[in-house]
Amino acid sequence: MALDDTKHSATEARLASMVVPDVGCTSEARQEALARLRSMGLPHRRDEYWKFTRPDTLVQPEPPQAALFDDGEAPVFDSFDRLKIVFVDGMFDPELSDDLTLEGVVIDRLEDVCCSTEHWAEDFYGTLEAAGQVPVDRPLAALNTAYAGDGVTIRVTGRPSKPINLIYTHEATASDVFLHHVVRVEEGACATILENGPAAARFNNCMEVDVADGGTLHVVRAQGRDHERRAVTNLFARLGRESVFKCFTLTANGVLTRNECVVTLTGDDAVAHVAGAAMGDGDFHQDDTVFITHDAERCESRQVFKKVLSNGAVGVFQGKILVKPGAQKTDGYQISQSMLLDGDSEFLVKPELEIYADDVACSHGSTSGAIDEDALYYLRARGLPKDIATDLLTLAFVAEAVEEIEDDALREEINGQLATWLDWRKG
Amino acid sequence: MLEIKNLHVDLEDEEKSILKGVDLTVEAGKVHAIMGPNGSGKSTLSYVLSGRDGYEVTQGSATLDGVDLLALEPEERAAEGLFLAFQYPVEIPGVGNMTFLRTAVNAQRKARGQDEMSAADFLKEVREKAKTLKIDADMLKRPVNVGFSGGEKKRNEILQMAMLAPKMCILDETDSGLDVDAMKLVAEGVNALRDEGRGFLVITHYQRLLDHIRPDVVHIMSEGRIIKSGGPELALEVEKNGYENLKAEVA
Repeated sequence: MALDDTKHSATEARLASMVVPDVGCTSEARQEALARLRSMGLPHRRDEYWKFTRPDTLVQPEPPQAALFDDGEAPVFDSFDRLKIVFVDGMFDPELSDDLTLEGVVIDRLEDVCCSTEHWAEDFYGTLEAAGQVPVDRPLAALNTAYAGDGVTIRVTGRPSKPINLIYTHEATASDVFLHHVVRVEEGACATILENGPAAARFNNCMEVDVADGGTLHVVRAQGRDHERRAVTNLFARLGRESVFKCFTLTANGVLTRNECVVTLTGDDAVAHVAGAAMGDGDFHQDDTVFITHDAERCESRQVFKKVLSNGAVGVFQGKILVKPGAQKTDGYQISQSMLLDGDSEFLVKPELEIYADDVACSHGSTSGAIDEDALYYLRARGLPKDIATDLLTLAFVAEAVEEIEDDALREEINGQLATWLDWRKG
Repeated sequence: MLEIKNLHVDLEDEEKSILKGVDLTVEAGKVHAIMGPNGSGKSTLSYVLSGRDGYEVTQGSATLDGVDLLALEPEERAAEGLFLAFQYPVEIPGVGNMTFLRTAVNAQRKARGQDEMSAADFLKEVREKAKTLKIDADMLKRPVNVGFSGGEKKRNEILQMAMLAPKMCILDETDSGLDVDAMKLVAEGVNALRDEGRGFLVITHYQRLLDHIRPDVVHIMSEGRIIKSGGPELALEVEKNGYENLKAEVA
């Protein structure tokens, strides 16, 4: 189908000032991504999956300015023993980063892939993103593959002793950043990746994850409360037999966040959990768009999303479980819930199930409600001031999502961060 | 200690009058019981005193040691030493019982200008008190009241009461849903807290709880008023003759 004129001109206007980086062996993948993008066009608010989130500011050529934000707090994961990889406004910073050597993992910068004649990631770059374009277009991910200026490739071959922390800092008020990471977890290997920081005024992040048979990858992300930043994350994961992929994202504030997560279970007995907790106050729009495809037997998937919204904040959840023919004994679960602290906030939801196998267990649910007045009264009758009682109930509400983080210390870190941010909300 | 004068209360949404002039004084060290048929306003009285939303006081006053309770937020009333043991304790998924108790104890201490209790002291005290109420470690760890049996919920209320050490305790149908053994356990918990400086208001349908928690004064409530007060023998009279006789007698 030919692109309509509006989309075509919006897409070309966006691309006019952009230059595909000179990139050696990823250049073919980039040109293909560019062709994909041109055939589908950048998102428009009439598009089925963009009805709840206006893509205008993500599509327009110049990024809206975003004031720098410094709350003086220690960054998330700061107390963890981890391997730091720091990007400042989308540029790898070797000074701030640790040495990239760690037993059990091979980390390279994307430009190393581009410069070398033979690199393992060459076969992966753009591949999962391209596969993830069916059946739903993900034009911003294609845009990323074509234009990403930096990123890392992470090949997990063993069990690295500490997590790998991708840290994105933001120093320019009008930065427009594309980062693209490729992760391959080899058979039986296991690693944890942490991500945090605003990265830019407008950030487009893409991570392609390939987990081989028996491999495990945990991803924990904290999207901080920089009020003016805009971020789109595109996570594509392909899971082999008996592999495990668990991803949790905490989002607090930010004028626009769209987290897309596309997971395909291709090997039998694989497990995928995708969870998120979002707290939005005021000018906040946060969107989780998740698509999980079961294409093997006895796989398990969970989607657990909780959003606490106040003062006109908007939360979006579009989650799908697709069970392909033959994916028998699938165990799929999806829950999305919002707690609306006032009458101005909105939760827009589209849960979807599409099942082509006859022996599966899939459940989904979505609720939206105010704070439980009976519980609030009970706590206050025991002497808890209203704000403390509200916080306690807020933390309790998001607990089911936070519980999805397997590692105790990381779960505590996220809970601590939540508590800090709740304190901050009270001024 | 607790002084209620000519208290009139309407339901906020329905303009329905529930309490129509309640007068009641509970002295320190005394146990008062309120009995009455369904719908007489007993539970409403407990909710209004503890500060639940949805009620409008149209006349009268309620003070605790001279402090106007009706002007305070629920948490301020608690900090003044008022405690309501709920008829239906609320389940709060996601909040650990222990966390809840400790937050409550420390919030009240803070409101009174006292130092917070250390984690170690708190733990020691909770364990001691939980033991006498046969509350095990598992119940302390679980989310507040979630999956608790009726008896466990009521024992949990008494544990909170013991930890918070209020000066005025209101027990709203604490016997409902309890078997005889559970009732004894709860009554023992309450009796252990009886003290010269502490007042109790025990709301119940039945006389049997009062066999275990011996009241000093019994009040009969009907249609939003206290229609008769007397000694413990009044409860026995109700048990024998029912409320209808009494209402007829007073009318």
